[in-house]
Amino acid sequence: MDKRVVVLGGGVGGTMVANSLARSIPDEVRRGNVKITLLSNEEKHTYQPGFLFMALNEGRLEQFQRKEKTMLHPGVDLVLDNIVKIDRDGKRLIGEKGTVYPYDFLVISTGSFPDFDSVPGLAEGSYNFYTAEGAVKLREALANFRRGRILITIDVPHKCPAAPLEMTLMLDDYFRTRELRDQVDILYTYPIGRVHALQSIADWAQEEFESRDIKYETFFNLTEVNPQLKVATSLEGSEVQYDLLISVPAHKGAQVIRDSGFGDEQGFIPTDRHSLKMLGEDSIFVLGDATNLPISKAGSTAHYQADVVVQNLISELNGLPSTAMYDGKVFCFVESSMNQASYVEFNYTHPPQPAEPSKMLHWFKLAYNEVYWLSARGLL
Amino acid sequence: MEDVKVDKTVDARGSFCPGPLMELIKAVKAQPVGAVIEVLSSDKGSANDIPVWAKKVGHELIYSDQVGDHWKIAIRKTK
Ligand SMILES: Cc1cc2nc3c(=O)[nH]c(=O)nc-3n(C[C@H](O)[C@H](O)[C@H](O)COP(=O)(O)OP(=O)(O)OC[C@H]3O[C@@H](n4cnc5c(N)ncnc54)[C@H](O)[C@@H]3O)c2cc1C
Repeated sequence: MDKRVVVLGGGVGGTMVANSLARSIPDEVRRGNVKITLLSNEEKHTYQPGFLFMALNEGRLEQFQRKEKTMLHPGVDLVLDNIVKIDRDGKRLIGEKGTVYPYDFLVISTGSFPDFDSVPGLAEGSYNFYTAEGAVKLREALANFRRGRILITIDVPHKCPAAPLEMTLMLDDYFRTRELRDQVDILYTYPIGRVHALQSIADWAQEEFESRDIKYETFFNLTEVNPQLKVATSLEGSEVQYDLLISVPAHKGAQVIRDSGFGDEQGFIPTDRHSLKMLGEDSIFVLGDATNLPISKAGSTAHYQADVVVQNLISELNGLPSTAMYDGKVFCFVESSMNQASYVEFNYTHPPQPAEPSKMLHWFKLAYNEVYWLSARGLL
Repeated sequence: MEDVKVDKTVDARGSFCPGPLMELIKAVKAQPVGAVIEVLSSDKGSANDIPVWAKKVGHELIYSDQVGDHWKIAIRKTK
């Protein structure tokens, strides 16, 4: 019997699953026994880590985008539509104009999105580098910033736990290079009692902060921004004056997840941590930022999960139960300056140990910005 | 521990990053004042981190117990 696999989301996870599935079962796809459809509401595929470089005027949006169509294996059918509802009982998706997409297996990789309304005053009073538009505006603000305090606030949950720290360290470098660092005060804040979620990264980063005169305040959960007075208030009772606020807002899941009546309060989907099936559903897999798993929301997470989802899809298409298990693997590069980087790797049971920062790792990371396009195509 | 009605349980076992405290903060935000939120953590550091944060904010620590290979820690949201 012919089977329809529908992949929702043309970002990291969705693109990798669709391509790698098509590549793994070429005969079934060619004969039409398995039909792979990828649904995305964006014509262009964006490499989000590029936003960090854009904000620091090290790159432009065009460099970090490709047409999704050019990213896909010929066996994958791309449909551009904004899905407004996932009807699990009817095993179908509904598009903006009412188009219906039935599925036998559904893969959800709809990502996560910063919520600028999560804190009063945030939308008006802050800059960000978590969206393309945000990065462009921040680039301009930073280019014109010559003196005063830059405050960095970070809310939970957020994707790419490395990015806010990278931004802070790179900002220090950026203003040093421009010989303005003496007039620019950098104050970094973090929600918990150390400067990063990972103890080992926190230990290393705190030393970096101290040696580079980056100020920091821990236990800072933003509750209000007053754009007129330029004051940020925390749940823990702190009030901080700023001249320029760079904020990483709390993220939420895609609108369609919330509108379809599943997902937790923030729209993240309850997912089995090993099989990556949506809890209580036998024909829906979830990966990437869309899951509720307590692990880093990162492209690398989606990448490792894609391998598991594809293996399990192939089993299920052949009438076998899912046997591949995701072990919680995450890998992240951490840019420690404009010319050095480190990385960490860990899973559910093995804690991370950051690598010594080096120029070579920085070049690896820069190279990965290009290699990504091969990786998403399923070629690497 | 059995007498308290838990409104939301967060399974943060195996989480190094973002880690149990950040998972808890995420969950607390979505719950109303008065709710009891429980977090499961395989990191013994949580038994210290979570009570310290709760105290700082003023949330009430209900329990912090080791159960087999993990910890169960619950707080009541007070504001
Ligand atoms: C500044 C920044 C730096 C980062 N740096 C790194 C890094 O160094 N390393 C790393 O590993 N990760 C990094 N990340 C995180 C990484 O980009 C994300 O974790 C990754 O993109 C998640 O993949 P995903 O497939 O879950 O979601 P996404 O890649 O966000 O894709 C979601 C897709 O779903 C589509 N979609 C959503 N809703 C609908 C709908 N209703 N209908 C149709 N389509 C829909 C969207 O259009 C999008 O194409 C960074 C992120 C940012 C913002």
